[in-house]
Amino acid sequence: MIVEGRVKTPGFDAARAAAKKFVTLDIRSHRQNALPMEPRGAHAAFDAVTGRVTLTLSTQMPHLMRTAIADLIGMPESELRVIAPDVGGGFGQKMSLAPEFVLLTFLARKLRTSIAWSEDRRENLMACFHSRDQYVTIEGAFDGNGKLLALSTDVLANVGAYSCFPTTCAVEPLMAMAEMPGPYDVRDYACVARGVVTNTCPMAPYRGVSRPVVTFSLERLMDKAAAAFALDPVEMRRRNLIRNFPYTSATGLIFDEASYIETMDVAVKALNVPAFRARQSRERNNGRFLGLGLATFSERTGYGTPAFAARGMEITPGWETVELAMDPSGFVEARIGASPHGQGLRTTLAQIIADELGTVPDRVKVIHGDTDRTPYGFGTFASRSLVIAGGASLIAARKLRAKLVKIAGHLLEASADDIALKDGVATVAGTDRALPIATVARAAYHQVHRFGGDIGPGLAESGTYDPPGTFSNACHAAIVEVDIETGAVAIEKFVVAEDAGRLINPMIVDGQIHGGVAQGIANALLEEIVYDETGNILTTSLADYLPPTAREIPPIEIHHLETLTEASITKAKGLGEGGTIGAPAAVVNAINDALSPFGVSIDEFPATPQRIRAALKAAERSA
Amino acid sequence: MNEKVEITLTINGRNYPIRVEPRRTLVDAIRDDCGQTGTHIGCEHGVCGSCTILVDDEPMRSCLMFAVQAEGKKLRTVEGLADGEKLHPLQRAFIENHGLQCGFCTPGFLMLATGVLEHEPDISDEDLLDVLSSNLCRCTGYQNIIKAVRAAAAEMRSR
Repeated sequence: MIVEGRVKTPGFDAARAAAKKFVTLDIRSHRQNALPMEPRGAHAAFDAVTGRVTLTLSTQMPHLMRTAIADLIGMPESELRVIAPDVGGGFGQKMSLAPEFVLLTFLARKLRTSIAWSEDRRENLMACFHSRDQYVTIEGAFDGNGKLLALSTDVLANVGAYSCFPTTCAVEPLMAMAEMPGPYDVRDYACVARGVVTNTCPMAPYRGVSRPVVTFSLERLMDKAAAAFALDPVEMRRRNLIRNFPYTSATGLIFDEASYIETMDVAVKALNVPAFRARQSRERNNGRFLGLGLATFSERTGYGTPAFAARGMEITPGWETVELAMDPSGFVEARIGASPHGQGLRTTLAQIIADELGTVPDRVKVIHGDTDRTPYGFGTFASRSLVIAGGASLIAARKLRAKLVKIAGHLLEASADDIALKDGVATVAGTDRALPIATVARAAYHQVHRFGGDIGPGLAESGTYDPPGTFSNACHAAIVEVDIETGAVAIEKFVVAEDAGRLINPMIVDGQIHGGVAQGIANALLEEIVYDETGNILTTSLADYLPPTAREIPPIEIHHLETLTEASITKAKGLGEGGTIGAPAAVVNAINDALSPFGVSIDEFPATPQRIRAALKAAERSA
Repeated sequence: MNEKVEITLTINGRNYPIRVEPRRTLVDAIRDDCGQTGTHIGCEHGVCGSCTILVDDEPMRSCLMFAVQAEGKKLRTVEGLADGEKLHPLQRAFIENHGLQCGFCTPGFLMLATGVLEHEPDISDEDLLDVLSSNLCRCTGYQNIIKAVRAAAAEMRSR
């Protein structure tokens, strides 16, 4: 055992003793791989003139890689330039330091040469980082009306052979411990979370990190409890979801304003449950087994440094800096420490900055992924970048705006307060006196003498944001059909009702949800890293480890709610992981609903045809 | 098998005389010997389809062919899709419909869809879904890829 965490609220024993009904489940989440389409690779080039190494690699965290590699080799960080070019997906797997990156840098210096390494898919499946390998026992202690009084869990994670940098192998078990109560109001909570070392590939973050398992555990519990109380699953959740904000959880997390009940109502309405129940019962008589499943969850996003410090982490990656400069031609360059790799962050940050500066996004260029050109930052992971780098962009843009209007005020002989910036033009409000912003920018560099000495030259500002952290939320709802002869599952309908605060770019938001849900469906039904009993990995190609194709992913229907939070200065909450967090629980709950006539309970994922058939057979035998 | 042989690959109408081992895969030759890196390698097992190119106008996994097998054939890769500055309708549709996120699988999907729509401009939505399930994408959940290809198909038909 390498990690152990324990928590128990003082009132737990008394609350549990007062309970009228107990519901217990053993949950298993099998091992999975984040599987970015581009495997990892790196190229280290030594420059004999400067003595520096330029390391180009597929990573989500260029600055942290530079620090870690320089530390391990014992070289000055200034002699290492790390570039993360267009990276072909990460989903958490490219957060961690690979030993190969260190070795390449070392060899490039030692041999004064260039050297490259690229991983193939087999190596990625065998030896890049895995995740989700957990055993969870969960017990809900309820009062007579189905209200949860006390929740206890035992979490055991197979963290593999080694730890990882920077999150460490504690990331899954300790995240489970901190987040297990989820969106439910429960005052008393106990948890033992352990990580054990085995002769398997190390575990590291993968989209959702532990919360797909947490949500699966809680949502299976809610459905089982609903059956125990003879309540509708929607009503069961309604009696337990958090309603009053801000809410301080049993583990001390502060939940900001959210819409747990409202998103569930929207999702349930979209599925038209009464009509579905009628069809379900009709089809059962025809030998067809349909089921409906729900998952309500909270997604903690945009954590600041205190949130990481509270977990006892040595590295607290809670802030980001954005350096913003408008050049004399009026074009804007934003240099960011975050490191997007498909999330569309360049687009959304350009929108935030352009809106504040009264220019168009096309005139804002966002530079990322190069330690020589960007301020120190932590990168892109944990649904954080829009909240934190977006907040830092807004702070920097507000400062730059303040200077622009001051200069424009001088040039237009008006008060800075009266200057409006819009469509690339600075206008004195209520008049036709105006100048192109580019003219104002030119003056800021070339005609400083006109401002009487109280305004310094140039247009460059920097913003740093370290937010308190916020919770976005969603309800996922699925209708599935299970073929009881083969165990095959087809998803007929998938609905997401989500609330991530203000939508900066709805098209990108929907894209993140689509991709997240597809991975969640894959986690629910298909993907599993399998070892034999002596520790040999059996799933070493994409013919064995099965990501979904366009055929397996149904159309995804999305409904947006926008609860504006004070916990994020842009009012936007993060949402990159949510799709993957909710979908496994929604799909497997739907499978269980479909199979309810057979008295089986599938409490693991992926719910493969073999597992479904085995459960049905076992039920037949015991009947 | 280690002895190199001289072959000429014809990619997007241009000839590339190269020397390769007979066991060298076509995708490695296209990327490393001809310098056309738009074609990506995602699995080398013929499953993911990132390396899809058109060989004599048919979509093929270039990781499952040897370079020597491609001599004398007309190869088309993503670099040849646009007409100078003018993007192919599929490329435009992918941008307009947010059909890519990280973009790694995109060249393969573009070539797959190009090949199919050239042969079957009136392909039904259902059949198109079957074809698109040849390739893997990890970012988009396929929703906007399907939307983009359907939009491009409609545009290409209307010409």
